[in-house]
Amino acid sequence: MTIVVSSSDTRSLAKGTASGLRPPAPRRSARMRALAPILSRIGWAMASIGLFAGLWELLWLVGLADPKLLPPPHVFLGNFADQAKFFNTATRWQIGVAANAGPSPFQAVMITVGATGGRVIAGLIIASVLAITLGVLVRYFALVEKLVLPTVTLLSPVSPIAWLPVAIFVFGIGNAPAIFMVVVALFFHMVLSTITQIDGVNRNLINVARTMGATKWQIYKRVIVPAILPGLLMVLRLNMFGAWMVVLIAESTGVGFGLGQVITMARNTFNPSLVFFTIALIGLLGFLSDWLLRLVQKRLLYWVPQATGGLRGL
Amino acid sequence: MVSDIKPHSSADFHSSNHAVACRGVSKVWNEDTPRAHEALRDIDLDIRPGEFVAFLGPSGCGKSTLLYLIAGLEDTTGGEIRSFDERVSTPSPDRSLIFQETSLFPWLTVWQNVSFGLSIRGMGADERKDIARKALQRVGLAEAMDKRPDELSGGMRQRVAVARALTMRPKVLLMDEPFAALDVQTRQKMQDFLLDVWQDSGASVLFVTHHIDEAVALADRVVVFTARPGRIKTIVQNDLPRPRDLFSREAEGLRRQLTELLRDEVDRAFAEQEALRETA
Ligand SMILES: Nc1ncnc2c1ncn2[C@@H]1O[C@H](COP(=O)(O)OP(=O)(O)O)[C@@H](O)[C@H]1O
Ligand SMILES: [Mg+2]
Repeated sequence: MTIVVSSSDTRSLAKGTASGLRPPAPRRSARMRALAPILSRIGWAMASIGLFAGLWELLWLVGLADPKLLPPPHVFLGNFADQAKFFNTATRWQIGVAANAGPSPFQAVMITVGATGGRVIAGLIIASVLAITLGVLVRYFALVEKLVLPTVTLLSPVSPIAWLPVAIFVFGIGNAPAIFMVVVALFFHMVLSTITQIDGVNRNLINVARTMGATKWQIYKRVIVPAILPGLLMVLRLNMFGAWMVVLIAESTGVGFGLGQVITMARNTFNPSLVFFTIALIGLLGFLSDWLLRLVQKRLLYWVPQATGGLRGL
Repeated sequence: MVSDIKPHSSADFHSSNHAVACRGVSKVWNEDTPRAHEALRDIDLDIRPGEFVAFLGPSGCGKSTLLYLIAGLEDTTGGEIRSFDERVSTPSPDRSLIFQETSLFPWLTVWQNVSFGLSIRGMGADERKDIARKALQRVGLAEAMDKRPDELSGGMRQRVAVARALTMRPKVLLMDEPFAALDVQTRQKMQDFLLDVWQDSGASVLFVTHHIDEAVALADRVVVFTARPGRIKTIVQNDLPRPRDLFSREAEGLRRQLTELLRDEVDRAFAEQEALRETA
């Protein structure tokens, strides 16, 4: 009782089109068609940013925005080298190092960005691994749940800012306190959402694995983790912006070089151009990292149907 | 056609070679808590090897619960279940369960789904793929090997689930309203298909349904349950010769008999639900 789906219908249809009807208008190449939506997205992004920047420039032009306080984009983005000289200044404070020694302006910016980005990524990875592990342990062992869950729930609404002194007491200065801040900002929420995700796993999938003789560990690895991955990546994406915010606060307390340190220096030296330059840089980085994570999401979660945009025009 | 349940001696129980034997089985969900909820009471039932038995009863009477108990996925709160002389206490590949909604792993391809149980046992990919291909040929889905579950129709997905269950070579196939979500034509096809599979697998099939037609078409015996707490109201022998003519006078008579048996219980179940709604 095989059900054979015959394709002869569609084939004859196609033949009819080819022989009998006029061929359709010349198609754009496949590559163009694939590129079109991306180009259009980029176009709209430019338009959106352009509108914002344009308004700002306009306010400056008519004299409403004081260039000393709110320098418009062409001012703070205009002279890259001028801004970049404030980045990665760490080595220049050392005795015997010439004031203009050290990396080129572009390199200096990249080193700073790399340092901050590295802390964000390290924090994300550490927080994810710890949170998923703890979340699973809570669901697997009643004792862990009873011992751990109340504390986690109690601590999760605490603002990461409150942890800043702890970070400094415990880790001093350097990379560790900044990474710790990122971890603290993500960890508690991620534990709770891991538990929620696990509770949402279709019981049937677990039961199928059980009837086939899967051990607890196999069920964890082969059923629970893949089943909760989509939700967790979503949580990760939402929390990544939080991670970028927190890392700046940690860096502003002196961890060597980093974007947060640049912002603090800009504030202390009253340099609005540098503030806006750094803000633009952070915005770009946040956007890029979100895009990267979305890419990972698409790759890793090939089985999850892509979102179709939701409600429009309401 | 109605045969009353005969009481069995316990000696018979322990030495018998029934595919499934239930003795005084009961289940109270959340026992010893304020939310305690009696689902099954005092079930005595023997299933012979190779027998096709349908469970018929109003919804909420505990049919799925009994299937879960037999599968070993839940513990009884009273009585004992044995399968081929072994006490059921945990799930076993000997007893495969097929669910109403699709239970395929969405992140695996069709063949990986089918061979999931084999990979649990540590079998290599090549060998697994071979076995999966054969199993899929058996259910007429060899071309769908590399598809993902969400690319299949509901009927195809259930056939994949059947193929997956068969690769474990189960002695008992437990099916919980497996075709309830399918349209009438597909369900018809799936019933024919299931009879084929059943006949050459030699497994016993326990098939939960609330469709009288399905019970008439498929089962050797139909176990009719009372409203919750589920007890066995009666067991109806279905001796219609196979392949079955479902429009024969005998089939019609059986349908009427089952309808009448079920009607009171459905009314009772309905009344209970109404009462629950009022108190809530
Ligand atoms: N996991 C569970 N926890 C608590 N109560 C349950 C659970 N599963 C089922 N029940 C209850 O047990 C009764 C029987 O359910 P079920 O076996 O699913 O009925 P059926 O399959 O016959 O429709 C119902 O009242 C249901 O609410
Ligand atoms: Mg049910």
